[in-house]
Amino acid sequence: MSLIAITEVRKSFGSNEVLKGINLDVDPGEVIAIIGKSGSGKSTLLRCVNGLETIDDGSILVAGAQLLPDDLHLKALRLKVGMIFQGFNLFPHLTAGRNVMLSQMVVKKTAKAPAEEMARKMLDRVGLGHKFDAFPDQLSGGQQQRVAIARALAMQPIALLCDEITSALDPELVNEVLAVVRELAAEGMTLMMVTHEMRFARDVCSRVVFMHQGRVHEIGPPGEVFANPKTPELRQFLGAH
Amino acid sequence: MTEFTTWDILRNLLLAARWTVLLSVVSFIGGGIVGGLVLFARTARAVWLRRLAQGYIELFQGTPLLMQLFLAFFGLGLFGIDVPAWLAAGVALTLWTASFLAEIWRGCVEAIPKGQWEASSSLAMGYFQQMRHVILPQALRIAVPPTVGFSVQVVKGTSLTSIIGFVELSKAGTVVTNATFLPFTVYGFVALIYFALCWPLSKSSQILERKLNVAHRNH
Repeated sequence: MSLIAITEVRKSFGSNEVLKGINLDVDPGEVIAIIGKSGSGKSTLLRCVNGLETIDDGSILVAGAQLLPDDLHLKALRLKVGMIFQGFNLFPHLTAGRNVMLSQMVVKKTAKAPAEEMARKMLDRVGLGHKFDAFPDQLSGGQQQRVAIARALAMQPIALLCDEITSALDPELVNEVLAVVRELAAEGMTLMMVTHEMRFARDVCSRVVFMHQGRVHEIGPPGEVFANPKTPELRQFLGAH
Repeated sequence: MTEFTTWDILRNLLLAARWTVLLSVVSFIGGGIVGGLVLFARTARAVWLRRLAQGYIELFQGTPLLMQLFLAFFGLGLFGIDVPAWLAAGVALTLWTASFLAEIWRGCVEAIPKGQWEASSSLAMGYFQQMRHVILPQALRIAVPPTVGFSVQVVKGTSLTSIIGFVELSKAGTVVTNATFLPFTVYGFVALIYFALCWPLSKSSQILERKLNVAHRNH
């Protein structure tokens, strides 16, 4: 059974239909890259899967549970699916360690000691064990994004959504973040990522989704999609990259 | 005719100033508590709660404090409820303060970037958890200077309660003037005492603004 099942999902902002019937099934352990021009609806799709946007029509099932827009269902969903953002969105008033501990203690009611232990483990995992007491503004962009990944991982999600997580980074910092994602993928984490890193998509992802004007325009293994784009839109998009 | 020394005048004014201070403190604390509740309603997800809070704020900001004092004091009297001046003054000032503090604090809450709400949502936090652990700790920092600044308005606002017969600094000034026939001296002292109360507040608001801006390194 697929872990994330997206069926005929539609979403409009006012009169602008951003998602025009999206179908996508993600299996456990799959790494999905979503590519496409800006405005093609790729970020919106990702935000729908996490309930940050409500869908107008269709359905999204995560591990068999339907995504419904009430607080109880949303909380259950978000415990399963973590999200990482383009702008990191670390809590600036808390240290890196506290950032990773907060939701464990507040949402899962984990006691302080085990939450701290988990936070140290996760920060170690992203190579930032020594930055436990640093505040976000004392970290580089790449480090901040890695803390954000540790923060999401500490909730032990079964899937992670990555929304252009390297787009706000200086070029020399992109690789340290991608290395962490690559490791997660190798460990079998299910990932859906909107990305502009074509080389990364080619190397790491199991499938590539090309979105165009609110639809899944082409989908397939990276070898196929990148080597033999079937549609002129994808050819043009890849040519531009 | 009795002679009044300057010390007689000043002593009486200072004694009355205690009530100005007390009324200010009570209104500010009470206004802070009510204002906090209004803030939660104003930023709540339920539309009717937001509307209710907005209506409250518009009503109390859109009418003069003097009218609110009259209504609290005389209005309830019409229904046979005898309201002492201190109670009417305390209640009216509290509600008035709350309407302004709620709106000041709403601005501070809305100044927190949307990404903070989204990140905490994606970590499965509920509204109150987000407010308590993520939004308010950051909003508080930017809220301190305007809140302390507004306390000056509360201190000056207490002078209006003299109209309904609450004996604080302004009322005492009128009483002492009537006894001494020295309006310039008496009201001069009254003004100086208000200034002595308000100036440190405005000054500390400025200092806090500078200090917290430095500490707020992310912006």
